[in-house]
Amino acid sequence: MGHPYIPNTREIRDQMLVEIGVASIDDLFSDIPEKIRLKKKLKLPAQMSELEVKQNVQKMLARNKPFTQMLSFLGGGLWPHHIPAHVRSLVQRSEFLTSYTPYQAETSQGMLQALFEYQSMICELTGMDVSNASMYDWATAIGEAALMCARVTGRKKILVPELMSPERFSVLQNYALGPNLELVKIGYDWASGQLDLSQLRAKLGRDVACVYIENPGYLGFLETRAEEIADAAHKAGALFVIGVNPISLGLLKAPGDYGADIVVGEGQPLGNPVSFGGPTLGIFACRDDAKLIRQIPGRLVGATTTLDEKTRGFTMVLQTREQHIRRERATSNICSNEALCAVAAAIYLASLGPRGLRELAETCAANASYAMKRLGAIDGLEAPIFASPHFNEFTLRCTQPKLAIKKFNAKLLKQGIQGGKPIRDEFPEFGETALLCTTELHRKEDIDRLADVAAEAVGARK
Amino acid sequence: MRYQQARWADDERLEPLVFELSKAKRTGYTLPPKAPSEVNIPKKLIRRELELPELSEPEVVRHYTRLSQMNYGVDSGFYPLGSCTMKYSPKICEELAALETASCIHPYQDEDTVQGALELMYKSERYLAEIAGVARVCLHPSAGAHGEFLGMLLTRAYHKSRGKERNEVIVPDSAHGTNFASAAMAGFDVVVVPSNSSGRVDLEALRRVVSKRTAALMLTNPNTLGLFEDEILKIAEAVHKVGGLLYYDGANLNGILGKTRPGDMGFDIVHFNLHKTFSTPHGGGGPGAGPIGVTRKLEKFLPVPTVEHDKKRKRYYLDYRRPQSVGKIKSFYGNFGVLVKAYAYILLMGTSGLQEVTEAAVLNANYVMRKLQGVDGFEIKFDASGPCKHEVVFSAESMNKNYGVKAHFVAKRLLDYGMHAPTYYFPPIVPEALMIEPTETETKEELDRFIAVMKEIADEAKSHPEKLLAAPTATAIGRLDEAKASREPILSWKMYRKLAK
Repeated sequence: MGHPYIPNTREIRDQMLVEIGVASIDDLFSDIPEKIRLKKKLKLPAQMSELEVKQNVQKMLARNKPFTQMLSFLGGGLWPHHIPAHVRSLVQRSEFLTSYTPYQAETSQGMLQALFEYQSMICELTGMDVSNASMYDWATAIGEAALMCARVTGRKKILVPELMSPERFSVLQNYALGPNLELVKIGYDWASGQLDLSQLRAKLGRDVACVYIENPGYLGFLETRAEEIADAAHKAGALFVIGVNPISLGLLKAPGDYGADIVVGEGQPLGNPVSFGGPTLGIFACRDDAKLIRQIPGRLVGATTTLDEKTRGFTMVLQTREQHIRRERATSNICSNEALCAVAAAIYLASLGPRGLRELAETCAANASYAMKRLGAIDGLEAPIFASPHFNEFTLRCTQPKLAIKKFNAKLLKQGIQGGKPIRDEFPEFGETALLCTTELHRKEDIDRLADVAAEAVGARK
Repeated sequence: MRYQQARWADDERLEPLVFELSKAKRTGYTLPPKAPSEVNIPKKLIRRELELPELSEPEVVRHYTRLSQMNYGVDSGFYPLGSCTMKYSPKICEELAALETASCIHPYQDEDTVQGALELMYKSERYLAEIAGVARVCLHPSAGAHGEFLGMLLTRAYHKSRGKERNEVIVPDSAHGTNFASAAMAGFDVVVVPSNSSGRVDLEALRRVVSKRTAALMLTNPNTLGLFEDEILKIAEAVHKVGGLLYYDGANLNGILGKTRPGDMGFDIVHFNLHKTFSTPHGGGGPGAGPIGVTRKLEKFLPVPTVEHDKKRKRYYLDYRRPQSVGKIKSFYGNFGVLVKAYAYILLMGTSGLQEVTEAAVLNANYVMRKLQGVDGFEIKFDASGPCKHEVVFSAESMNKNYGVKAHFVAKRLLDYGMHAPTYYFPPIVPEALMIEPTETETKEELDRFIAVMKEIADEAKSHPEKLLAAPTATAIGRLDEAKASREPILSWKMYRKLAK
């Protein structure tokens, strides 16, 4: 019997060996020194049929409880949304799915144009002029933005909010190691969570490469004085970098309209599944400024024409920035990126359009607003803990003495509800607090149920 | 067989941009009702306009279907792109990754509700560790280059923990560009070591550059010429002797599965390209996954969290309590959706299947090498005395010299025959390089057709070089002005419109 994925049978392989005058397959490995040749078989499962593999993996994965089968209020950097059926069916088309990076532009116009459309829609959303074709995720996009700002300004200090996502901060720390960038955290106002502007101004010297903020922030609230932050950064000759959840931009002002030089973010909610944390989609966009564009990391697709100038076409551009040409002087080492996730994002945004995205953003925000209202009214709970406007995520504090947030969540889980992400370990100063998220997946009844179960969990009177 | 790619076009352009198809008030999306609550966001933070295209679902579907038809993938035909391992990806793997139990789980869910996912990661790690002969694997990196970056961070952490500052990473002149860039990103100075006349690392030159400053040597084996570094043990010894680490670039792992293992060769850090060797599709450039494996002494530096198994409680869990960890290099735990596909692929192949992958891939590459060897216009510049591994590099130098036909014209002409181009102009140590990796999933018939086409192109170079210079003509579009595209970059619809005005 032949092998389903290795079409040349033993007989054909023998015939090929004869044709090239090689006595046996083993002779093709004679260049591997005897000492390191593998003498035993690899200890792996034996080959299985497709059906067995399907059953095996299905059975294993059946031990997971997907958020489609329970009520879940998790966000925190990845946000569950409905993905229209046609988005998945289109990105699964073989011609997209099984192609490599479109180095051969003539035979890859489809992928190139789809990526150009992705870049274009990201620019519309963020108010930037230029977007790359994707980074790995939001966190690595921040790291790359910090490196880029350091190259552009020739400075080494990066200012970040104390309340930024600790996971993303950890990634940034690692990206900052190479060129020895100094990361400085800026504090916040205790009541509102807003960035402490006086502290920011005090630390904004001529050695600062960029100021980074997240808007909406990791803990769900909006920075209401982002324009002032932009002004302060620019006055010091620093760049202003903003991290976003792109769904929020259906409703919120584009960062480009309040002074952003670079916008990064997590593009997963644009038509990509949560998938236990990946694949993700790093957004990276900047202003049309030659100084910035020369230093941007990652692949860029640009419009051009055929050599006879008659027909418009698309191709990868400015490749001299990239590792395969510039090697150790490249703007980044990235090559494989998240192209197919970017195509999904393009298809998703084209399907929603401006109205669909606006309504979606309003729905996410309205659901969060309703949830905060319901939960905040319960004795023993506080939501949100910051007096600031919120988008679709918010903090929930358990003020009931002796009820840890993890215990509270366990009580919810017993009732089939996955609560928010506990942030006790990340920000102990906020006490027994969790970060919750609502999207269009939640109905009023779902939030009512959460409130009822939560009230029961804290022993509040109804 | 003749080939003509689909071409949806009018006089001046291919299929319009999605923005050009937009008509006010169309939509391809519906929403359920929202909760009855006012959103308390100040007006000054609300946006006034958003220019996204407005299309109905059938228009969106037709547009992107047409675009897909103007794209070429492995499922379309032969894709001998060297160093990229463009093999067929079994469809069952896609189906499994798309299951709700894989795609609709959140990384912050209670561990009790994601035991299947944690088990899949735990087992994937063990399988990969066995394949590479290493102690432990980390699944976090999103791509090969990301794995390299992590490998360099581990190298830093390792030397720092020993109280030694080491600032140099040695990279052979034939290495992938990412090696240089990853080392530099992690703050190392790159020292280049030349290849010898047989296309392997020049051992004497290596011995001259290793020193107390050497943090690591990054090496691909088989190397980018498709040749096995047969002096690998001496190379490893030279680096280890001065206290440096050996980093294995896993791009070419398809050439040695079940035959030898990086860990047995002396490598301390290994990355895997799951989107190459383990058959997860490339998706037009990603997503991929670039797990890394390490020897025991480096395990403590791996990113958090690791996936552990509590044997007593028969329960998998995430371990964040690792004081010497380098921290994180990406949010969450890796490209899980890609891991599911690779895991399924390993089960589909099993021990014997993976070994057969390498045997068939190496045979296919040798078959192409021997059949094209001696064809006027294509030469092998380095060692052709023994077998190659999974790929072979030809040089079109004489073709260029004699007929003015450069390697990229050969590549473009191949597109007209319904085949993807090989990698060209890489590795840089081969003039007019054409790097061919057929993979194990091609039939002998397809290889014979490729060989015949290459011979035909070699003939055309002599008799009708104009045909090559005008190629490609069977693709959706002809040769593009790439120089102009970079000189005056138009990177978005916004910039495009600005220019049109």
